[in-house]
Amino acid sequence: MKAGSPALAAVDPVTQRDQRAPERLGPQPEQKDHRPQNHDGNGDDQQRCGDIVGRQGETPEWAGTMTDYNFAYLDEATKRMIRRAILKGMAVPGYQVPFASREMPMPYGWGTGGVQVTAACLVPEDRLKVIDQGADDTTNAVSIRRFFQRTAGVAVTEATTEATVIQTRHRIPETPLTEGQILVYQVPIPEPLRFLEPRETETRKMHELEEYGLMHVKLYEDIARHGRIATSYAYPVRVEGRYVMDPSPIPKFDNPKMSGNPAIQLFGAGREQRIYALPPWTDVVSLDFDDHPFETSKAPHDCDLCGARHSYLDEVITDDQGGRMFVCSDTDFCAGRRAQGKKGQLWAPEPEAAE
Amino acid sequence: MTLMSRVAPADQPLLKVERLTKRFGSRIGCADVSFDLYPGEVLGIVGESGSGKSTLLSCLAGHQRPDLGQIAYDGFDVLGMSETGRRRLSRTDWAYVHQNPRDGLRMGVSAGGNVGERLMAVGARHYGQIRARAVDWLGRVEIAADRIDDRPSAFSGGMQQRLQIARNLVTAPRLVYMDEPTGGLDVSVQARLLDLLRGLVRDLGLSVVIVTHDLAVVRLLAHRLMVMKSGRVVEQGLTDQVLDDPQHPYTQLLVSSVLQV
Repeated sequence: MKAGSPALAAVDPVTQRDQRAPERLGPQPEQKDHRPQNHDGNGDDQQRCGDIVGRQGETPEWAGTMTDYNFAYLDEATKRMIRRAILKGMAVPGYQVPFASREMPMPYGWGTGGVQVTAACLVPEDRLKVIDQGADDTTNAVSIRRFFQRTAGVAVTEATTEATVIQTRHRIPETPLTEGQILVYQVPIPEPLRFLEPRETETRKMHELEEYGLMHVKLYEDIARHGRIATSYAYPVRVEGRYVMDPSPIPKFDNPKMSGNPAIQLFGAGREQRIYALPPWTDVVSLDFDDHPFETSKAPHDCDLCGARHSYLDEVITDDQGGRMFVCSDTDFCAGRRAQGKKGQLWAPEPEAAE
Repeated sequence: MTLMSRVAPADQPLLKVERLTKRFGSRIGCADVSFDLYPGEVLGIVGESGSGKSTLLSCLAGHQRPDLGQIAYDGFDVLGMSETGRRRLSRTDWAYVHQNPRDGLRMGVSAGGNVGERLMAVGARHYGQIRARAVDWLGRVEIAADRIDDRPSAFSGGMQQRLQIARNLVTAPRLVYMDEPTGGLDVSVQARLLDLLRGLVRDLGLSVVIVTHDLAVVRLLAHRLMVMKSGRVVEQGLTDQVLDDPQHPYTQLLVSSVLQV
């Protein structure tokens, strides 16, 4: 409070709340705490639609109102609990650590697990990037990014290279990650064996005893039915020769990027209350058969905007006459290439179709 | 009986059970059961419902933990073994045929996948070889090879039971536990299944513990017979001897209760 600007100090509820704060637990105080800034924030939001990166580097004026522990929405006890789970997950790569997932101010399935992990990792100096299927500008990404701008006041960015923490839904950025970065995955169903073995007690036992034959039964069924391994996302992997892990529904195109990655990779499943992790340089192997080896897959096209040949593509329907185009699912990667002057066959300087 | 002429090939028992007891609170599941099972031998356990046959079998197979007693498999103390070891045994050396094939099969997985599961569990990673083994085993249990990609839910009851047997025997186990394998099948299907089982047991040299209430089944399959009542073994001996000359009043009742057609 002492660092508050005059505008803040004038707000009565804040000062009142501040006096009560020591007796209250739970995340609500903080949420309230930032109400006043919402006016601030809303103004920003308008501006941010045009330029999200604009806030980068500013120290938000309410940063001084938070203690080090209660930074970024979570209360102290929750933050400690989640950090313990993360550390345990890092110590046992691929092992699903149970944690007491809190309710987040968004529905399950919108990334509540990822949000909690991100919140537990964030420090004021961090620069956050949020992507949803590779894109920085979709609803899920925008709302989570805005959530952390409001509740933590951290700087945000769209550039993969500048981000220190990246929360992702279902993609790994095309730009290689570097040491010191943290990639946080949103996970809907953390248990790779779940669809073959519905009992949680049994799947835990199977992990404990390394009974992973069942995982290959799933792949066997794929080949028997489709003539090849048709699983194209959430493709099971084995971590350091021990735990079989669900990499969250990333396309199997991204699977090789997980292995030997210099960044820390954290996985949060809010509804299922599990956290698991891959420390840097972890060996991650996609499961396969000797005579049906693992293969990545992508649409056999180049990006129509930036011409990239080796990036993962989204198919976009452009009209109801069967028109379609393929564009990089990683918007930052695509925009970066266009900035370098690379062009795809449908790229036009005034891009209604593109944006 | 032709099977009786077979001589047990080894002089060491494959399975040695001593004073096995399982209680459910103050009730007795099974009490004080002891027997030896030699390689290639088929032991039948008969008795009425609630006599402790199935409890005994699930204790033997490691599904339940007995309160007292000892089980030695091939010289190893099964109850003192780690769970990892016990589960490995039950994936490789042992097999368990459930009364209801739905308990023993994965109904959402194709027949080939069902047979291949145990192979993959012990490390097979070559799709072509797994599939070839599956085709081979489906043939042995008289399921047409073109049904390999059908799910068990599309199979008749008898086919499901045969599929379950194929799934269990594919890793060439030495000891097979069967819990009423012919229950719920009509008599003609039962007869073919028994024929099949008898052939497999003889060809593969399996040791079998078979639990049933059907005396005809043990007459055909079992070398030796144990009769249980209220959790205890009341009579045991060679199958023909027990059935033709029952000593215990309960066995006499059991034998005389069989309907003659």
